[in-house]
Amino acid sequence: MLAAPRFAATIAACLAGVALAAPPPDEAAGWPMAAHDYANTRFSPLSDIDTSNAKELKLAFTFSTGVVRGHEAAPIVAGGLMYVVTPYPDYVYALDLAKPGAALKWKYDPKTEASAQGVACCDVVNRGGAYADGRFFFNTLDDNTIALDAASGKELWRAHLGDIARGETITMAPLVVKGKVLVGNSGGELGVRGWLTALDAASGKVAWRAFNTGPDSEALIGEGFAPFYASDRGKDMGVSTWPPNAWKIGGGTVWGFVSYDPDLDLLYYGTANPGPWNPQQRPGANKWTSGVFARKPADGTARWFYQYSPHDLHDYDGVNEHVLVDLTIDGTPRKVLLHPDRNGYVYVMDRATGEVLSATAYVPITTSTGVDTHTGAIAWNPEKEPKAGRMVNDICPASPGGKDWQPSAWSPRTRLLYIPHQDLCQDAETYEVSYIAGTPYVGADLKMKPGPSGHRGVFTAWDPVARRAAWKVEELFPVWSGALATAGDVVFYGTMDGWFKAVDARTGSALWKFKAGSGIIGQPVSYRGPDGKQYVAVLAGIGGWAGAVVAGDLDVRDPTAAGGFANVMKDLSQHTTKGGMLYVFSLP
Amino acid sequence: MCSRFPRRAAAALVALLATAASAAELRVCADPDNMPYSDTRGLGFENRIAALVAAEMGMALRYEWMPLRRGFVRKTLGANLCDVLIGVPAGFDRVLTTRPYYRSAYVFVHRRDQPARGFDDPRLRSMRLGVQLIGNDLAATPPGLALAEHGAVENVTGFTIYGEGPAAERMVEAIEHGGLDGCLAWGPQVAYFARRADPPLEVTLLTAPAGMEAIPFTFPISMGVRKADGALRDRLDRALERRHADIEAILDSYAVPRLAGGTP
Repeated sequence: MLAAPRFAATIAACLAGVALAAPPPDEAAGWPMAAHDYANTRFSPLSDIDTSNAKELKLAFTFSTGVVRGHEAAPIVAGGLMYVVTPYPDYVYALDLAKPGAALKWKYDPKTEASAQGVACCDVVNRGGAYADGRFFFNTLDDNTIALDAASGKELWRAHLGDIARGETITMAPLVVKGKVLVGNSGGELGVRGWLTALDAASGKVAWRAFNTGPDSEALIGEGFAPFYASDRGKDMGVSTWPPNAWKIGGGTVWGFVSYDPDLDLLYYGTANPGPWNPQQRPGANKWTSGVFARKPADGTARWFYQYSPHDLHDYDGVNEHVLVDLTIDGTPRKVLLHPDRNGYVYVMDRATGEVLSATAYVPITTSTGVDTHTGAIAWNPEKEPKAGRMVNDICPASPGGKDWQPSAWSPRTRLLYIPHQDLCQDAETYEVSYIAGTPYVGADLKMKPGPSGHRGVFTAWDPVARRAAWKVEELFPVWSGALATAGDVVFYGTMDGWFKAVDARTGSALWKFKAGSGIIGQPVSYRGPDGKQYVAVLAGIGGWAGAVVAGDLDVRDPTAAGGFANVMKDLSQHTTKGGMLYVFSLP
Repeated sequence: MCSRFPRRAAAALVALLATAASAAELRVCADPDNMPYSDTRGLGFENRIAALVAAEMGMALRYEWMPLRRGFVRKTLGANLCDVLIGVPAGFDRVLTTRPYYRSAYVFVHRRDQPARGFDDPRLRSMRLGVQLIGNDLAATPPGLALAEHGAVENVTGFTIYGEGPAAERMVEAIEHGGLDGCLAWGPQVAYFARRADPPLEVTLLTAPAGMEAIPFTFPISMGVRKADGALRDRLDRALERRHADIEAILDSYAVPRLAGGTP
């Protein structure tokens, strides 16, 4: 290990002369980044598999990852290889798609520190890697970003970005924009200060780091910062909206997906919940947590910010994806971003300015009564505010929100956003004795339960212009997988009880399904193989926050386990077992 | 491949023998670095109590080290890594607990020239105070909540329970160096460091302020075993009762503040 820095430096020097152009994603054939494209559409332009033939889909090949925790990653396909990143220990496998059965070409073991496992809040997941210019980039749970030679799997550099001893981990999939690798941290529950960091793709050197709490100088907020709403304007609001010093450990981490608009030259990413303080201990809006930043990729400077959940009371976060599309709203063409937030609203925002054009409930909501698009303010319902000494029932949506990390997909053909999500509420009961690190305390124990629909999971096709669901499919468990839309008007998603499903993009009618060996919480992708055929791939492997009862062998007799999620997932172990496996399908 | 089977069989036999032998072993899970409770050198008071109880039961003491973090019970007792946790709150729902062998409280730690104040004292709001941060959504220590209820948040600094060294130690250092006027922390943890401070700091027991009586500031502490291990729990109860005086002496030597009601 001592030789590693010198080795990395040598490689970096060799590569320094190579210009790193923005990756022209090989959209027709491959899947170079977790969300397929910078706009985060998860839309495959391939149409060989369509609504008439999807029922003939057959298993083409499988690959066991050798890891049994929650598999949330998207397989990455570029240059005839498929790259699979596993949960901790964060192995990377490269499969040669030109060889029969997609033979293993190389495996890379980052030697992730075992102690990182005890730090991660919600299973030891990894949401995947990114391919750009002959390199494969990914993150490890113990806070490394690693660049590999995509052809050989040889390590080119690794950048150590955080400290697991302080509760900091990395679980997100990086995005590569204009020669920079964008990476964010996780661990807001544990007193981590959230950031987005840009690394030089050639060398791994930090180009800039933008903190999501603290003074403007560290949040990279300057003259160009022009938020749409007055509530986000002011000096050093990342300090003034907190009790003194609380911002230093205030959360606002970045563990979701980053998107990018090349025309506006703006990055978009959501910030996570404030922490680790009890809400009563952190009066104020707690900026810049539970919101969205638009930043310039060159130097990280902020263009605008909007806060979905000021003074987040319910652990709602703002990390869910931002899908960049162009819509005609009230007769006017607008460049918008679509964002189904954990607080239960689908936001349609002008992505140039940060103006909220609409915010419409897509799940039953009791915690707020609406969003004022003129002021940008969400109207919280004080009756549902968790408070010490008070029992609060029917908090909807529950802490994982109307939708958690599981990314939605957009079809430019149907103009619908396909949202995998849950319908859960929770009761906050007070005062169960607990202890941690030798410290006894009493907490508000959350117990989640099915929402009003009675179905814990829903797959919704959402029309963002009409502001209503076009159709819905109800599922037994939260739909914790990503969604995939294709030009064949087939939409794919997986269920926690192990079904991989294809439905008609226009009607939601079932077209095909396959029972995988373990529950599916991964991100399905589609690509054209070297043989010219369209394939659909997904990782199975139950886990994540929702699946922790199985992946972590939790005792479901403790309803408050996994932050109260165990209470509503008690029966999951009767439906699936652990096991990481790649499944790839094609037409015969 | 063929040679594997005999080796496996031998391993199984060894495992079987080990299980048989473990009847005479008290398997304890403890944090390898969490003074004053435990460390791998055996210097913590829970280390000493474990040794005392094992000796009383005529068993060999064996440690399995595991940082006391999220999932601790599941990874220790739940995974059959060990059989006993030395200090858990009595009635802790995840385990079967012995009768409490001591009872302690949250305390206010301060310099001698900074007198202890109640939560209703308005001067509290101007004091620079430290509290432990639990690091779990909506959770807070009882005095942390009480401070928030009394509007004392502006000058309160949180010390995360995960970090370099115990939060209690870091808070005491901050008081020593003038960065804090005081801290409100769990007694057994912080009193140990407060006594070692130079000069030693004052430790005052805290009680729940008016209107917050539902929130306990005191906790009885027990040993914990798996819920099905009633027989082991009973043996531990007997040992704790017989060695009560010795345990008291150990707790005294670590300056563990105590209240009545922790007698087995």
